[in-house]
Amino acid sequence: MEFLDVTALARLQFAITVIFHFLFVPLSIGLGLFVALAETRYYRTKDPKDRAATKFWAKIFTTTFVIGVATGITMEFSFGTNWANYARFVGDIFGAPLAAEALLAFFLESIFLGVVLFAREKIAPKLYLVSTWLVFIGSALSALWILIANSWMQTPAGYEVLPDGSKAVITDFWAAALNPSTVARYLHTVDALLILGSFCVIAIGAWYLVKKRNEEYGRSFIKTGLIVGIITVVLMLPFAHMQATVVAEQQPAKLAAMEAQWEDGPAPYTFFAWIDSDTQTRSGFEIAGFTSFLATFDSQTVYPGLNTLSQPVTDFSAYPGVKVDSYQGGTPPVGLTFQSYHLMVTLYAALILWLIFAGVALKKAKNGKFSKPLLYLLVFGPIVPFLSIQAGWMVAEVGRQPWVVYDLLLTDDAVSPVVTSVELLITIVLFVVFYAVLFIAWLRIIFRHIKEGPIVENAVAGGAAANVKETEAGDAATKASADSKGGGQDA
Amino acid sequence: MHEFLQILWFLLIAILLVGYFILDGFDLGSGILYPFIAKDEKEKAIVRRSVGPLWDGNEVWLLTAGGALFAAFAPAYATSFSGFYLAIMLVLFGLIFRALAVEFRSRDGEKWRRFWDVSFCVGSFLPALLFGAAIGNVIEGVALDGAGDYRGGFFALLNPFALLCAVLGLVAFLAQGAAWLALKSPLGSELRERAIRLRSVFNILELVVFVLVTVFFFVAVLPTFGPERVGLPLAYGFAGLFLVGWLVTRILLGKGNDLLIFLATNLIPVALIGITAASLFPYLIPASANPQGIVTWFLAPGADQANLGLTIFNSSGSELSLLCMTIITCIGLPLVLVYHVIIYRTFRGRVGEEDLNDY
Repeated sequence: MEFLDVTALARLQFAITVIFHFLFVPLSIGLGLFVALAETRYYRTKDPKDRAATKFWAKIFTTTFVIGVATGITMEFSFGTNWANYARFVGDIFGAPLAAEALLAFFLESIFLGVVLFAREKIAPKLYLVSTWLVFIGSALSALWILIANSWMQTPAGYEVLPDGSKAVITDFWAAALNPSTVARYLHTVDALLILGSFCVIAIGAWYLVKKRNEEYGRSFIKTGLIVGIITVVLMLPFAHMQATVVAEQQPAKLAAMEAQWEDGPAPYTFFAWIDSDTQTRSGFEIAGFTSFLATFDSQTVYPGLNTLSQPVTDFSAYPGVKVDSYQGGTPPVGLTFQSYHLMVTLYAALILWLIFAGVALKKAKNGKFSKPLLYLLVFGPIVPFLSIQAGWMVAEVGRQPWVVYDLLLTDDAVSPVVTSVELLITIVLFVVFYAVLFIAWLRIIFRHIKEGPIVENAVAGGAAANVKETEAGDAATKASADSKGGGQDA
Repeated sequence: MHEFLQILWFLLIAILLVGYFILDGFDLGSGILYPFIAKDEKEKAIVRRSVGPLWDGNEVWLLTAGGALFAAFAPAYATSFSGFYLAIMLVLFGLIFRALAVEFRSRDGEKWRRFWDVSFCVGSFLPALLFGAAIGNVIEGVALDGAGDYRGGFFALLNPFALLCAVLGLVAFLAQGAAWLALKSPLGSELRERAIRLRSVFNILELVVFVLVTVFFFVAVLPTFGPERVGLPLAYGFAGLFLVGWLVTRILLGKGNDLLIFLATNLIPVALIGITAASLFPYLIPASANPQGIVTWFLAPGADQANLGLTIFNSSGSELSLLCMTIITCIGLPLVLVYHVIIYRTFRGRVGEEDLNDY
């Protein structure tokens, strides 16, 4: 009964909940930068239009952020509920970054978001500006602690396993926190999130141009998104290179799966291929030795293949590109790892193409010309970085299998001994249903906000700004006074 | 040093839970009361707006307490979260839906208002009820196997003492919620009148349920305790604090200063978490009907007695890990307190008309 296997169900549940969580978190971190940028602009210009832009982005940000928060609790709880033996084994090291995230990042982000949303009229403009940046900094710090924890699962360091094998204990905090992959993975991930943010900003701008509404905002959004997009897409090259190099040095089994390399030899780079794990064949278009070249500047560097790595390896001296001493053996699912990796890389080319589209569209729009097909391409542009981010995450997590902590703890040994497959099935169904409800609600509200667009408030001399939009509270106040009149008659 | 850190972290987690109980207490309480106390759109908007800027920061106390338990006492985190699986999931779903309700209710279409109203109420109710139930079970002790895993099943969690504790927790959250709404709703509004009435009712109920829980405790729970529960005398001290807090609140209720009443209500969570922590110490999760005496609770894990129970000594992180956590806390906690001063000062006072513009 493979289907009712507790480990498989626990993994399925984790995959569903983390993929969902990781749709909203990247978007909120990416958009957080744009809230702060918009407010910085307003702080300089004092133009009510810029103020409306801040408020607009803050709404989009919050709608996304709150789902990230809500589904993030699931992730923290899941280490205790579904992965109790994992929690017992790694708690000494893995718990600290989670607690630190809450204490040092999440409070900052949550509390100052409250200020950004509700305190525009209550605090000095400078403090308001600072608050928008603190929300973004908080979210970037939050990503740092989570990636420290996650990187430790990829390249554990600064620990020792107790003689009875029951758990890993920390021996060096800095070695564990700044383990071999932390820095590369942080830069790679956060840069990807900012790319996603900039593509979403461009998409919303393009949509306004398509609909010929808020055209001024439309152009300005595309321009801001384009600038941030170009910077972050260019930076992605060195960051991605760093990350891939760390994998080549530290996680030979993941590298071998990424390139579907079964036999020892120089690692090729394959552009696209069909992978057949049974016959161990890779049929597609590739450059021999190119991955070896990227990792070591020598296309002849020999990397171990999956057949070598499926068995314990005690000596990597024949493989100068590999920096670890030994490997207990075990290989990840090859097809999924390979295809996710190559999808991510291929999509990088699409990112560049889309930035060119954005540039052309912006130039045309400045001359008062609009090309609808081009703008529609931009509207759907965020799909590219979304897919790319999810694919990248699949490479990281699927490529780490069969280990939950690389070369240290098997995923099979990490589950909760007391949780039954029935409980897991029930909660998987509930998660799917509830998360579908959340997703639909998110779409509905995001589209409402986008349709509504930035609302310029008329400053009323000497008083609070009056909203030109009919507010719900306005309606409510009328209703309330009617109600109280009714109540009075009853009395 | 290690023992000092173990005790320190036991105290710190209790303090984080007090922080959570005080801060999220009023917004969970307000959420449960929401559909009953607010009769029209404007009143509903006031209730939502009173917690709108604050709920998220409040909830982070729970995440911090969870993270701290994971970091400092991973075996207890693993045992409680996997053992109370379905209950934890209900808390989780509740927290997810109430978070969205607070943020989405005012942004979503009219058709969805009812859905979010119900989500806000039920989503607040589930955690408010289940936290007490979990605490009740832990105080009694639960069925643990030799590996420290919970083997009692879901329905064993629904025992009379745990259910009474659940009601006590719920009433305490409601009392905080009512006191909060009386403090935040506009002067002279009917909403405030209702909140003031409820505030008094829940105050009485708190005492009634507390007496019931106490009687049950002395009759059925205390006799099962072994001599290793060395913190018990302090629990009686905290019970005294409960009564003092209750009395102070009662006296203040006659005088009608909303802020003082709200602050006094918060002595109740301090007392309740205090009682919990003191009656558990040195346990985190005692095993039910623990046969061992004072000699065995000090033993390291792996001693082959089953039913040892998880104590702060046999289930803690290493000395270095606790030390790192202590340093992180020394940096983080003062900052967190500063943030709280900033936000509670920014949003002090009653919710006014101008605050409802976006609601």
